[in-house]
Amino acid sequence: MEILERRACITGIGQSDIGRRLHRDPLDLTLDACLAAIEDAGLRRDDIDGLATYPGNLTMPAGFSGAGVTEVQDALRLRLDWYDGGPEQPGQLGSVINACMAVACGLATHVLCFRSVFEGSAQGSRGRRGIGVDGGGGGGGFRASGFMQWSLPFGAASAANWIAMFAQRHFHEYGTTREQLAQIALNDRKNAARNPNAIYREPLTLEDYFAARMISEPFCLYDCDVPCDGATAVIVSRREAARDLRRTPIGVEAVGSAIHGRPSWDQWEELSTMALRDAGAMLWKRTDLKPADVDVAELYDGFSFIALAWLEALGFCGKGESGPFVAGGQRIALDGELPLNTQGGQLSGGRLHGYGFLHEACVQLFGEGGPRQVEGPPQVAVAAAGGGPLGGCLLLTRG
Amino acid sequence: MREKARGEADQPFRILPRITPENEHFWTGGAEDELRFKRCRSCGYYIHPPAPRCPTCLSKELEVAAVSGRATVLTYTVNHQPWIPGFPTPYVVAIVEIEEQPGLRLMTNLVNCPIDAVRIGMPVRVRFEARDGVYLPLFEPVTG
Ligand SMILES: [Zn+2]
Repeated sequence: MEILERRACITGIGQSDIGRRLHRDPLDLTLDACLAAIEDAGLRRDDIDGLATYPGNLTMPAGFSGAGVTEVQDALRLRLDWYDGGPEQPGQLGSVINACMAVACGLATHVLCFRSVFEGSAQGSRGRRGIGVDGGGGGGGFRASGFMQWSLPFGAASAANWIAMFAQRHFHEYGTTREQLAQIALNDRKNAARNPNAIYREPLTLEDYFAARMISEPFCLYDCDVPCDGATAVIVSRREAARDLRRTPIGVEAVGSAIHGRPSWDQWEELSTMALRDAGAMLWKRTDLKPADVDVAELYDGFSFIALAWLEALGFCGKGESGPFVAGGQRIALDGELPLNTQGGQLSGGRLHGYGFLHEACVQLFGEGGPRQVEGPPQVAVAAAGGGPLGGCLLLTRG
Repeated sequence: MREKARGEADQPFRILPRITPENEHFWTGGAEDELRFKRCRSCGYYIHPPAPRCPTCLSKELEVAAVSGRATVLTYTVNHQPWIPGFPTPYVVAIVEIEEQPGLRLMTNLVNCPIDAVRIGMPVRVRFEARDGVYLPLFEPVTG
């Protein structure tokens, strides 16, 4: 079986301004990121013949989607041979996996992939909102349907609640502790200090962590990512079309897109894992590389526990062993054996929703991390995104 | 000891489910104090959330059946964040497994139980909270 994603490569990356609340037109931010990526690749916009995004144009929750395929295609007057935008994908990076397959199959040559959020501005000064709560309007007859009917009536209005229950089960089964969980937040903050685009850069101590208010046990404030405004874009190109571009492209060695359990936040059978269990396992079936070959890991941490789950899913440690694996923080530090979330993750870098991890994996493989560059330079990186019933990952190689 | 999780006496504002022909048995069974699920007539599998076919044997021959209401706490979280105006914090959100079938699960609130006493593996039983014709299945510890 040919591993078709190897016909694809990443030729350029781009990011807009990123801020807690920029109060800018989200399409403006989106186009900034898209044009930066096109320029980074050494392409012209007329070269773009494919467009992919997650989750497409949605109006709820507020700020969750800054732009869809339609807005970006029209704003750039793109002539597309292939496009894809929607929420029912293997996580946020499912759109990039689809783009890899589109170029591999000849449906497109250069696919512009993007993810755009403006949750910071949209949520305004009210703080982080529950999902679907805005529709309630304080009891104005709003009724929950679909999955939310099983959750909202019980006050479970956020993925914070759902993921907290996965974490609590993991704590119960394996003895994982809050002190271990804290290492994801502390490591993120240390790395964010070296990233001028990160949202929170001031030092964070374990004492600060334990002093923070609780959100949904075992999660405190620092276990939850920070809503922000910003857009990220990457260009996925067909290998043979990438030879004469500006950069030496990044190879796509393997992808993981599987979900074998029930697609649900509460019905997923094995509560100490998530769908990412299957995505991670699938990735290693498509390559001869091993977890030990990975030089840098960019793993989704919309909530801190998700990064622990990804560490296990991708085989960096055994099942249930992610707590001890990150204990003390040395192993996942910038100079550790597996540097993790080198841009500050979403906890300190901002909730760019999955694409930030792919962007950072590319930054590291391009060797352009500046003060946060992992030494080597790294040859192999993994970018993974999604929690609960969402999960998708890519194994990337330098050159 | 921290605050008690709330019972039915002081009811918080709740966002209610939209009742449809597909889910009506579940959300209104509490009127007769019954926790009801769709169940396959061919193989006996309880189906939740409701679906038009049995996901095990694919039969369309389904009935509505009541269960005992006994369950076990699989996992939980104590929520402190005021996501919903009028829904006082803290409160316990849990996933419970219904006694009749492994994997038959609900998200719910644990009530009539001190928050500090909540444990994974704790036996609980259903207790309905009525609101505008909807009967929300909440769970409380089995005592005695
Ligand atoms: Zn059946």
